[in-house]
Amino acid sequence: MIQKKEFEEKFFRVLMFFSTLIIAAALIFIIFSVLYKGLPSISWEMLTQVPEGGFYFGREGGILNAIVGSLYLSTGATVMSFLVGLPLALYMNVHLVRYGKLVNTIRFILDLLWGVPSIVYGAFGFAVMTYFGIRVSLLAGTITVTLFVIPIMVRAMDEILKSVPVGLLESSLSLGSTRAETAYKVFFRQCLPGLSTAVLLSFGRAIGDAASILFTAGFTDYIPTSPDQPVATLPLSIFFQLSSPIPQVQERAYASAVVLVIIILVTSILSRMFSHRYQKNKINF
Amino acid sequence: MMDKFKIVIENLNLQFGNQPILKNICASIPENKITVIMGPSGCGKTTLMKSLNRLTDLNPDAKVTGSIFIDGQDILHTSENITLIRKKMGLLAQRPYPLPMNIYNNIAYGLRISGRRKKRYLDKRVEHYLRQVSLWDEVKDRLKEPAGRLSIGQQQRLCLARGLAVGPDIILADEPTSALDPISSQAIEGKFNELKKNYTIVLVTHILRQAKRLADHVIFMYMGEVVEQGPASEIFGNPRQEMTKSYLNGIFY
Repeated sequence: MIQKKEFEEKFFRVLMFFSTLIIAAALIFIIFSVLYKGLPSISWEMLTQVPEGGFYFGREGGILNAIVGSLYLSTGATVMSFLVGLPLALYMNVHLVRYGKLVNTIRFILDLLWGVPSIVYGAFGFAVMTYFGIRVSLLAGTITVTLFVIPIMVRAMDEILKSVPVGLLESSLSLGSTRAETAYKVFFRQCLPGLSTAVLLSFGRAIGDAASILFTAGFTDYIPTSPDQPVATLPLSIFFQLSSPIPQVQERAYASAVVLVIIILVTSILSRMFSHRYQKNKINF
Repeated sequence: MMDKFKIVIENLNLQFGNQPILKNICASIPENKITVIMGPSGCGKTTLMKSLNRLTDLNPDAKVTGSIFIDGQDILHTSENITLIRKKMGLLAQRPYPLPMNIYNNIAYGLRISGRRKKRYLDKRVEHYLRQVSLWDEVKDRLKEPAGRLSIGQQQRLCLARGLAVGPDIILADEPTSALDPISSQAIEGKFNELKKNYTIVLVTHILRQAKRLADHVIFMYMGEVVEQGPASEIFGNPRQEMTKSYLNGIFY
């Protein structure tokens, strides 16, 4: 009996060790292969110029259009998702805290939406655009990505807000707070570290997605000056460069991937820093 | 001596869905005294207390009928704003729930949401209420520190002070010492004895000795019903109901 338990213990420890190893190795392998292929062709020129004529055939220029476009689009989508998502997440956990069935239905719908592939959001956005006769544009792309990101952001916020004990809600109400005050002054503060992580996670998802913007944001060699112009994005820029038969252009695709990975890494690190900073007043229940 | 009753509960029924939790409760709570609600776990003590400041409103399945009069006003059938009713009652929960902010703001929060914003006024009030719960000397140099860094006992006193700061005349305490060590519990009990001069205190407890130490008035509940109520001396000295007797003697089934 005891031998069997010891064997189990050992078996699962080895299993866990190897799982960890596989994940860590995969992460390191991805980052290093992108860096290995991309770093040599990264240049200052590439980061600061828009494509010149024939860029995709190996001529002069850079991917500034895609860098700026991606930042515009994902920042816009993150801000819009936040404006819709935070009230919804707070409503679910402050106003509806005892409405178990309703909240679980909302969670289920959000989880379904989370699971819908982003290409479907792209197709949906495209269908709506053709119906209203709107052309591919920064605005259309931003709205589509917003729809795609909202379920992700709301569920990430929801998981954090869910952990606030009902006792804190009751205490706040007993002090004469309204529910709105409880939501924005108590719950928001208690969950600030987690909420900022949710926002930056959503930003990461928004900037990395290619399928939802393929038909809605379009692509351009210029930096858009108004929301009704098409916009370039890093994932699509990588896609177009990688599809080129010219090796030099393919190398630039990896360089673009390096830029994308660095942006995502920086946001993750920033999100960690923010969480730590706002951790101070959080109560550990 | 006739007691003046602060809270009068008449025919209060409460059910969650089809499950009755409180059955036809009639009870009176005297002013400026400590009223202990006692009874075995699951008898509806906490629910009764939460219906006093209508925290039961949070639950959509809760159906409440009957009346609760506070100073003659039926709070279950009133057009008065619910937040104003709740401000008349400070709540002390089973464990401290400090607000996620610093010590100073924990007290100032309730004042600020009622529209008091002048710093000098807030400073004075914060000091006053921290002194009232004997916390001032322990925290006066660390008012800007997060409330979560205080010990659990200090947090519970902070929660008491925070409740007092919004100017209630009733204190609702739901097993307020159950998470505390003996010395912190004593501090809270001592405060209750001081505070009853100016506040009506409703204390839910299942600690019999605590009930005996503190109670002026007792409501004994069993299975959602009030079995017996009256002055502490009568209930503890000469209970009329068999059930109360056996509960007090520790033989309970």
